[in-house]
Amino acid sequence: MQLTLGPVLYNWKPEAWRDFYFRIADEAPVDVVIVGEVVCSKRSPFLEPHIPAVVERLSNAGKTVLMGSLTLMSLPRERKAMLELAGDDQFTMEVNDLTCLGMLGGKPHAIGPFVNIYNEATAKYFASRGATRICLPPELPLSAIRAIARSLPEVTFEVFAFGRVPLAISARCYHARLNKLSKDNCRFVCEQDPDGLAVTTLDDEPFLAMNGVQTLSYTCASLLGDIDKLRDAGAGSLRLSPQQCDMVAVAQLFRDVIDGKLAASDSAAKLSAIYPLQQSNGFLFSKPGAAFITDSGDVRRIVPAA
Amino acid sequence: MELICPAGTPAALHDAVAVGADAIYCGFNDETNARNFPGLNFSREEMRESIAHAHRYGVNVLVAINTFARAGNVELWQRAVDDAVEAEADAVILADVGVMDYCARTHPQQRLHVSVQAAAANADSIRFYVDSFNAKRVVLPRVLSVQEIAAITREVKCETEVFIFGGLCVMEEGRCSLSSYATGKSPNMDGVCSPAGAIQYREENGALISRLGDFTINKFAKGEAAAYPTLCKGRYQTDEGCGYLFEDPASLDATTMLPELRAAGVAALKIEGRQRGRAYIERVVKTFKEVLSALDDGRPLPVDALRGLSEGQSNTTGAYKKTWR
Repeated sequence: MQLTLGPVLYNWKPEAWRDFYFRIADEAPVDVVIVGEVVCSKRSPFLEPHIPAVVERLSNAGKTVLMGSLTLMSLPRERKAMLELAGDDQFTMEVNDLTCLGMLGGKPHAIGPFVNIYNEATAKYFASRGATRICLPPELPLSAIRAIARSLPEVTFEVFAFGRVPLAISARCYHARLNKLSKDNCRFVCEQDPDGLAVTTLDDEPFLAMNGVQTLSYTCASLLGDIDKLRDAGAGSLRLSPQQCDMVAVAQLFRDVIDGKLAASDSAAKLSAIYPLQQSNGFLFSKPGAAFITDSGDVRRIVPAA
Repeated sequence: MELICPAGTPAALHDAVAVGADAIYCGFNDETNARNFPGLNFSREEMRESIAHAHRYGVNVLVAINTFARAGNVELWQRAVDDAVEAEADAVILADVGVMDYCARTHPQQRLHVSVQAAAANADSIRFYVDSFNAKRVVLPRVLSVQEIAAITREVKCETEVFIFGGLCVMEEGRCSLSSYATGKSPNMDGVCSPAGAIQYREENGALISRLGDFTINKFAKGEAAAYPTLCKGRYQTDEGCGYLFEDPASLDATTMLPELRAAGVAALKIEGRQRGRAYIERVVKTFKEVLSALDDGRPLPVDALRGLSEGQSNTTGAYKKTWR
C-alpha cells in the first residue's frame, strides 16, 4: 500500500511551503506527492517561484510528483493556467475539476478527491479517458470503496486518510467575509490561519474549519485504525493531507501500521501526540463524518489528552 | 426565456401546468433524485400519467435523476433513466458521469441536461459534457455572477439554465459534504441536505435552539423569527466573534436581475422548491409569468412581488451580483 501526500490546502508562507516539501523529500516515507495550489488561484503566484526546486528535490528523492489542478475555476486566467498545466508534458496532472479533462485529451492523469466518482460505472468512464490513479471523495463509505476498487484492479484507488476533511468549496471567500473584506480585495487574510480557522457552534463545540473559499471539518480524519479494512477493500494508497504538525512523523506512523510494525490499536494515541486534534472516521461507516467509530462499533469521539 | 417550475407531487404538477409553466421538473420517489424527502416525488405510473397530462397542454417535463449512483447498485439509476425515457420525458437532468455515459449510449435520442449537481462552472467543463454526452443544456451552479453567466453562455454550444428563486446554495452544488459530515446523510448520495429527520428543536431560557445531528445550528431569542436549520445558514462562532459566517438565512430572488439574465442569453429560468406546497408553486409561477410578461412588453417590473413568499426571511440576489463574494 502506497502513501500519498496531498497538496497543501492552506495559505502557507512561500518559504515555509518550500521548506516543508524539502523535508518531505528528504525524510518522509511517502510514494506520491501532489504539489500546487488547488483551493484559491489568488495564492498561486506566491508558490510558483518555488515549484521547480520543490519538484526537483522530490523527484530526486524518488517520489512521484503530480501537479494538482484548481478545484473551482471561473476566471479566464484560471482556465488559461490549467490549459498550460495540462499541456506541460513534464508533469502528470491531478484533475480536481472536469474543466481539465478535455484539455488533457486522453493523456494519462490522476483524479483528485474533488471530482465526483461515487461508483464503478463512473470510475470506468474516467479510466477509459486516461485516469490511472483516483482519489475517491472523502465521504464515500467502505462498501462503495470496495465495489469501485474491486471492479477496476488496473487503477490505483486512494482514500483520504489523514487531515481536516475538505467538505465544500464556494465562490465566496469566508475568510474575507469574516474580516469584512471582499474576495477581490481579501488582503490574503487566510494566511493568518495556516491550519484552518476553527468554527465552533454557539455551544462552543468545535464543528468546522474555514480556509478561504473552502470549508473543512474541524476534526482530523484518521483512518489509521482502519488500514486492514481499506487494504481488504482494494485501496492502493492512503492520502495524508498536510496540517501544521510533524507530517514526517505522521507519514512514518502510517507506514509502520501498513508494514505491520505497529499495531493499529496503539496508533491513535501516538497520532494524537503528534497532532492533538479530535479524530474522525465516520464517513467510512456511513455515519456522520464527524464521528469516530471504534473497532467494536462504538461511536465516540477521540479527544486528545490535555 | 423558458420558465421551469418544480413539482414535488402530481398535484403540484397539475397546478403548475394550469398556471402556465413552460416546463416542469420532477423526480422519481427514490434516492435517484436530489429531493428525496418522505411523501414527495413520483411513482413510475404517476410519472407516465403526469407527463401525458403536461404534454396535452404543451408543457414539457424534465425528469431529475441527479444524485450520484450508489456503488454496487448503479442499475437503480440506469433504470430510472430507462423509465424516464419510456415515460416520454422531454429531458433527463443528470449529475453522475457514469449515468450520463449510460444515457448517451443507450438512449442517444434522449435530450440530456446537466444538473446543477454536476458542478459545471465554466465553459471548458460544460464543453466536456457537451462533447462527451451530447448535453443540450446545463444548469449553472449558484456561484457565478451574471457577467460570468453571460460569458459562459456566449462560449458554449448548449443552452444555459439558471436558478431565479428559492433556496440558495452558497457552496458549489454537488461538491458539498457539510450535511453528511453532521448527519451521515449526503446530498450527493442520499439526495438530502440538512434532512428534517436529523433536526431537533428545544427551548432553553426562552430561546429556541435548533440542532442538526449532534450540532447546534442556531439560537433564536424570544420573538425572533426562526429559520430552518440549513447547515450553511446557521450561526457559528470563531475567535473573531459570532454570526452567520457563511450566509444569512436568506432565499434567492433574482427578479431584479432578469433583464441582465435575458441579455446574457440564458435559455431557461428555474424556480427551486420541489418540497414546497401547491399554493406556493401556484403563486410563484403566476408571479413570474407576470414579471416575464412585463419584461417582454418593456413595462416596469412589479416591485417586490414575491416578498410575501419569503417566509419573513430576507432575499438576496446571491452570487449574481459580484459583490456577494
